[in-house]
Amino acid sequence: MALLEIKNLHASVAGKEILKGITLALEPGEVHAIMGPNGTGKSTLSNVIAGREGYEVTKGEVYLDGKDVLDMAADERARAGIFLAFQYPVEIPGVTTSAFLKTALNAKRRAAGQPEIDAMDFLKLVKAKTAVLGMPYDMIKRPLNVGFSGGEKKRAEVLQMTMLEPRVAILDETDSGLDIDALKVVSEGVNSLRSPERAFLVITHYQRLLDYIVPDHVHVLANGRIAASGGKELALELEAEGYAKYLNTAA
Amino acid sequence: MAVTRETAAAVRDVEQYKYGFVTDIESDKAPKGLSEDIIRFISAKKNEPEWMLEWRLKAYNYWLTLADEEPTWAKLHFPKIDYQASYYYAAPKREKLASLDEVDPKLLETYKKLGIPLLEQQMLAGVAVDAVFDSVSVATTYKKKLEEMGVIFMPISEALHKHPELVKKYLGSVVPYSDNFYATLNCAVFTDGSFVYIPKGLRCPMELSTYFRINEKNTGQFERTLIIADEGSYVSYLEGCTAPQRDENQLHAAVVELIALDDAEIKYSTVQNWYPGDADGKGGIFNFVTKRGACRGKNSKIMWTQVETGSAITWKYPSCILQGDNSVGEFYSVAITNNRQQADTGTKMIHLGKGTRSKIISKGISAGRAENTYRGLVRIGAKADKARNYTQCDSLLIGDKCGAHTVPYIESRNPTAQTEHEAATSKISDDQLFYCLQRGMTQEEAVSLIVNGFCKEVLQTLPMEFAVEAQKLVGISLEGSVG
Ligand SMILES: Nc1ncnc2c1ncn2[C@@H]1O[C@H](COP(=O)(O)OP(=O)(O)O)[C@@H](O)[C@H]1O
Ligand SMILES: [Mg+2]
Repeated sequence: MALLEIKNLHASVAGKEILKGITLALEPGEVHAIMGPNGTGKSTLSNVIAGREGYEVTKGEVYLDGKDVLDMAADERARAGIFLAFQYPVEIPGVTTSAFLKTALNAKRRAAGQPEIDAMDFLKLVKAKTAVLGMPYDMIKRPLNVGFSGGEKKRAEVLQMTMLEPRVAILDETDSGLDIDALKVVSEGVNSLRSPERAFLVITHYQRLLDYIVPDHVHVLANGRIAASGGKELALELEAEGYAKYLNTAA
Repeated sequence: MAVTRETAAAVRDVEQYKYGFVTDIESDKAPKGLSEDIIRFISAKKNEPEWMLEWRLKAYNYWLTLADEEPTWAKLHFPKIDYQASYYYAAPKREKLASLDEVDPKLLETYKKLGIPLLEQQMLAGVAVDAVFDSVSVATTYKKKLEEMGVIFMPISEALHKHPELVKKYLGSVVPYSDNFYATLNCAVFTDGSFVYIPKGLRCPMELSTYFRINEKNTGQFERTLIIADEGSYVSYLEGCTAPQRDENQLHAAVVELIALDDAEIKYSTVQNWYPGDADGKGGIFNFVTKRGACRGKNSKIMWTQVETGSAITWKYPSCILQGDNSVGEFYSVAITNNRQQADTGTKMIHLGKGTRSKIISKGISAGRAENTYRGLVRIGAKADKARNYTQCDSLLIGDKCGAHTVPYIESRNPTAQTEHEAATSKISDDQLFYCLQRGMTQEEAVSLIVNGFCKEVLQTLPMEFAVEAQKLVGISLEGSVG
């Protein structure tokens, strides 16, 4: 059984159909990349999977481990193991990154019937994870995303992901705005989490990221549909030739 | 400081108002209504000296002349209060107590339910508690230890007998009997409250705390607190309050007076959680309170922190009179209103001395159909050379049926003074909520976390022991406000 299964998914925003029948299956252990031009519905797809309000699913199904995802509230989906690294992470003034992480981690532990994490264990864990991501430990004392640079925000997203250890992680243009060093660090963070029990959906604009996070499958999203699927070579081809061909055929 | 897991659990487990129970205890009540006889009755019950009775009667007669002057300038709406329909004295029935062990077990149980342990073996480390039940102080912990240090911490009714010179000198010296409608009423009928005196040069190592509980039906609670910090001393004082859930409104008209002499510092924190009424605005406490501190001495400092989450109506302006040169007044406030609650709260900073400084940080959170007003006055007298004020008023709205208002007054009669005012209104955005939900938090946890972040500057001024409690309260009082 696929870990995440999307079947003929149609969704509209503000009465306009954006997703026009997406079908995708992520097997455990796989990394899928989705590429596509701006405004084509990549973030819409991630938001619909994560359960954001304002998106109307008009047709289709989504399953996580065989469970109906569309039936769950956003927070239930998260606790079931769906994680979204946001394209535009949100500022939470006055709430330290550490406090936020702890609240999120404990929400997950509670759902799993585990006790609240011990304060010392928590600090140890954060220390270890920030070190892996080459983040200064002090960053966790700052209010989440407030005054963070673009790169810091993306690292904070990946930090949250490594702390929460999701079943399915969706990375929405996590590479945008990163310099090459930050890109390597973020990719290492993702690669360190790759495991036979987990799957990734990596949304990106540039094939550059896929040099570091090597995908099992690459899909082209154009005009609300998967216009083509292939292996890593598809990403290289897209880089060389652009999306024009898919836009025309899909139209 | 953040919301802990424990907090989150509390937010989920606790009902809307967990303090809404009534203790079934026999009480001694004066007849209903207000008259000279009732005041004589109260005074006699307390075995008060003649001058005290005279002061009460003077206040009462003055109050009668104010019959038509109940304040109406606040942005508050409530039916006219029938002052004759209330009981002005209710006390748990008991003989004079020799020790805490003699306190009625039902009372001890009540305070235990409230999380306020009074028996020696359960006392909060580092916190001395005075418990006031309806009109009477029922127990004071750590009495002996404080006495040894020269700290006086006792019910004001007891201080009237044991330290009459101090009470006579300072009572009414900050809030005179003629101050305002509710304060005048308090002068006439107050029944108890706490008295604190910190001797010269002592940094009181313990938090002093008073816990107020209204239990009886149809009683008003009129407590009176008087705190004097002598030269070079320091004290941190905290009050907490709860009341049972009742359909009728109950009046709480307290007066608090603080006096800081040369180089003294008083930190006064309030966590106000009176019953707020139900979701439709039925019942709840009318919290009409006068709190004022006088920085009499040079370099003295008074700091008010309030976390106001309860009451149907809050009318409250903890203020500082900055008389001493270079004295400092600070006001940190979180006021949360949900459902049909109304709050009109703020402060007055009256700069009289040279080089006086004040700081106002106000965080108003409004949800449901609630109305939340910050009202503040910064007045700089002609002699207050180089006085400084910084004011920051932030409002957070949850939903679109509530209101937030900011009414700052600044009056300066000294050209060397500087005042600075900042105000901002924001909303909890859908983006913020979704971001938290996406990390597995429930709606309630998310709101609590975001609001705690918004209030952080204020909450972190609370004594450690109470900060966690206050954080939980912030979450609980906003339950059901989203979604
Ligand atoms: N909340 C919204 N309201 C209206 N239109 C939206 C909203 N979100 C997305 N859209 C529209 O949906 C389309 C797809 O957007 P998006 O999923 O963000 O694309 P991508 O992530 O591929 O750049 C765009 O035309 C965009 O304008
Ligand atoms: Mg996008």
